Formats: sequence, C-alpha cells, structure tokens
Amino acid sequence: MMIAKNSIKLVTTLLIALFSVATFAQHGDNHEEEAHDTHSTVGNPIDTKEEIKAYSEHHLKDSHDFIFYTDAATGEHKGFSLPVIVWTSKGLKTFMSSAFHHNDDGHVIVDKDGVKLTKIHSKIYELDANATEVTFDDKHHATNAHKVLDFSITKTVVGMLLASFLLLLGFTSLARGYKKGAIPTGFARVLEPLVIYVRDDIARPNIGEKKYRKYMGFLLTVFFFIWILNLLGLTPLGFNVTGNIAVTVCLALFTFFIVQFSGNKDYWQHIFWMPGVPVLMKIALIPIEVLGMLTKPFSLLIRLFANITAGHAVVMGLIAVAYTAKQSLGIAGGFGVSFFLTLFISLIEILVAFLQAFIFTMLSSLFIGMAVAEHDEH
Amino acid sequence: MEMLLNDFSLGLFIMQSIILLVLILLMRKFAWKPILDALQSREEGIQDALDAAENAKLEMQNLNADNEKLLKEARAEREAMLKEAREMKDQIVATAKEEAQEQANKMVAQAKETITSEKNAAMAELKSTVSGLAIEIAEKVVKQELSDKSKQLELVEKSLAEVTLN
Repeated sequence: MMIAKNSIKLVTTLLIALFSVATFAQHGDNHEEEAHDTHSTVGNPIDTKEEIKAYSEHHLKDSHDFIFYTDAATGEHKGFSLPVIVWTSKGLKTFMSSAFHHNDDGHVIVDKDGVKLTKIHSKIYELDANATEVTFDDKHHATNAHKVLDFSITKTVVGMLLASFLLLLGFTSLARGYKKGAIPTGFARVLEPLVIYVRDDIARPNIGEKKYRKYMGFLLTVFFFIWILNLLGLTPLGFNVTGNIAVTVCLALFTFFIVQFSGNKDYWQHIFWMPGVPVLMKIALIPIEVLGMLTKPFSLLIRLFANITAGHAVVMGLIAVAYTAKQSLGIAGGFGVSFFLTLFISLIEILVAFLQAFIFTMLSSLFIGMAVAEHDEH
Repeated sequence: MEMLLNDFSLGLFIMQSIILLVLILLMRKFAWKPILDALQSREEGIQDALDAAENAKLEMQNLNADNEKLLKEARAEREAMLKEAREMKDQIVATAKEEAQEQANKMVAQAKETITSEKNAAMAELKSTVSGLAIEIAEKVVKQELSDKSKQLELVEKSLAEVTLN
C-alpha cells in the first residue's frame, strides 16, 4: 500500500515536472515569434513588442536598484538604489547603485579608487586598466571589460532578506506562542497546520519515522523560504528570486550535500557496487548511478527556476496584451482581455507557488529518504 | 543554456548560500526546534490522555464485571444460606418430632405401668376387703343360724340348691 502511494506521488510529481517544462518550452517559442514580428514604431511608453520583450527580460533578471515605476516621458525612475559590493582587482569596493544613474548598457563608468566599473545588462564589469570606454564586439559582448564577483545587495538579495525576516518573524512568534499554551492563537493557527503538513506529509513518509527529525530544520526552512519567495514574486514589488538560477542552484546544492553527507553504507554501495548483479553490470552501473546522483539536484534546480521564470514571463506577456492588442481590440477590449487572462494565470501561479515549494521539499526529502533508507537483504 | 550560464551570478550564489545557511541555523534554533518540541509534547499529551481514558474505561468495565461477580456470589451465598437454614429447620423439626414421639411413648408406657400396678393394688385391696366382708357376713350368718335349728337346715338346703352339680 505504502509503495503504491509513493509511486502515485512520484508519477504525479513527474507529470507536473514534464508539464512545467512543456510550458516553459512553449513560452520560448512565443518569444521567438515576438522577436520576428517587430514593430518599428518608437513611442515613449513601452508598447512595442520589442520593448515589452526587453522589459520582461529585464524584470526576470536581477537588478542593482529597486524600481517600482518608471516615468517614460521624463525618464524618471521611482524607487530606491541599493548598495553595490564588488570584489575587484583592487579589493572590495562598495558604493550605491545610484552611481550608475540607472544606465544598464555600459555607458556610465564609475571610477572607484582607480577601478573603473560599469553595469551591462545587470552585471557589473571592471574595465581593463587602460580602457576609458567599453567596446563591444558584434555579439554585444564587452571586449575590454570582465565581470567581477558581485556581492551586491541586489533586488534578489533584498527579497531573500525580506523572506528571511518574514520567516523569522512568523515562526518565532509561533514558537513563543507555545510557551503560553499548547494551543496557538491568532496567525499562529494558520502556520501550525503548515508545519504539521510538512512534517507529516512530506518528511515523515519519505524519510522515515526514526530519522526525519534531523532534517526538519532544512526542509521546513526551504519549504517556507521558497513558498514565500514565490508568493513575493506575484506581488507588484517585482521580485523574481526563485526564478533566478543562482538561487535555485544554491537551494539544490544544499539538498545535494545533505543527501551525500547523510548517505549510509547502503546508499554508497548502491551507487558504486550495486548488490545482486553480475560484476560487469556493477561496473556498467557505476557511471549511471553517479550521473543519477547529480541529475537529482539538477532536476530540482531547473524545475524551480523554469516554473517560476515561465510564470513570470507569462504574466508579463499577458499584461502586455493590454498594450499590444490596443489597436485590434480597442483600449477597453485590450485591457479586459489582459485583465482576465492575467487574473486567471495569477490564480494558477498562486497554486504553482505552493506546488513548487512542495515539490522541491518533497523531492529533497525523497532523496534524503533514499540515502538514509535501511535496505533489506536482497 | 548559454543565457542561463550568463545569468548565473557567483556573487549572488555566495550571498544566497550565506543567507540560507544563517536562516536555517536561526530558524532551527529559534523556531523549528521549539515548535516541533511543543507539537510533539502536545501530541504525546493527547495520546497519553487518550490512553488514560481508554484505561479508565477498561478499569470501569473490570470494576463493573467485578461488581457483577460479587453480586452473583452474594446471591449464591444467600441462596446457599437459605437452603442450609431450611435444611436445618427441617432437621430440627424432625428431631423434635422424634423426641416428642419418644417422650410420649415413654409416658404412655409409664402410665400403663402405673395403671397396672394401681390395678393390682386395687385388686389386692378389693380381694382383702371382699374376703373380710365375706367372713364377717359368714360370721353373722353363722351366729344367727346357729341360734335357730330350722333355719340352719333351710340355709343348708338353699345353699345346696344353689350349688348345682354339673
């Protein structure tokens, strides 16, 4: 019964994973179409397909300042700048991102104690010593500048800090609540079932009654961290944290290392010397198993990244319908269509926000469970 | 894929690792551990309470069964006692009857004895009285008869007539 239940879960998870990759691929096609079919009209508001695409892509990337709104007519940005912290050839340099004046194509060069820095497509570059201006090759790659190690408090980092703050605030208050009585009150009543859900429906069945407790800290933190960040991404604040590949790589690597460090003798034996098969088979299975070890966290990081990125891109695309369909449907029609489509997708995205947090945690605990499982003699 | 690699920022990755690590440690210490401990102790408390209730129920059942048993025993005992009493009563009655019979028999026998002895005595007395009376009468008769000769003869004649030889 237990195995059947598990396999149903696994199949569902796989289906979801496939489905989400399909959505992502489809979206990629749309992008290409948009790219082919470009308007030449240049207006101040962002309403051409190219501008929308650029805007959308810009949103999906990390940024060094926090802009809520840009007045296209005056070119004024409403928001605030964030600190830039970079490790350059001359050591650590810090300054506010306002120094770049919102320029994102390498035209503004900040000279910081002899280090010339510029920002191209949300990345900070250091110019070569004798260069005064960035030169680009035909693929728009900078030829006389290189990327620096960027520890800036970017929008993504702000998002993560905000999520961390919310997590600490919410759950320490829940923890404090238990000192007053065994039954939580107020908002803690909402949080408690979620904690119990992660414990009883994610960790316990996958890792096992005896060992689950050790991993609860990681699983709970990751679950709520991803969920809150996914939800923050749906707010107009414009965070795209879990749709950032560096973030998902980090999350998946945590799972990877936890799995490897908690792997018992059986786990390593099943990778490097599969019991119960002929010797030749054992040798043939080693690379496959090692590959499997690596593909597990890889699937985790790609799934989360792709789902969230796709969701954001779709929402941005649908909002853009209001502008692109203005001519064919009229202002009201365009806005109406855009509004309802965006509303519909946003509702799905709320589900996806939870689902992706759940899948990440679920699969992490599944992998941990596989690593700590006590195998019976075959 | 190239775009993906291009988007990957090592600095952000490092920042994220630090934030996540610190977050996990903080959450573990200040949130998850107390929460999970509280949940566990609460669940154990509930389980204990349920167990205790179940035990109490069982105990109650046992107690009831005990009561029932006691009642049954008492009833049986009463029954036995009553039976015993009845037997004893019967026995006593029987013994009493027997004794009474014996006593009566004895009294009757004694009475018979007394009657016999009294009768004998009475007989003896009667005999002596009768014989004295007879002698007296005989004396008187003899005295009278002897004074008159004819009378004597008459008497003899009369006596002789009375005594019929058979």
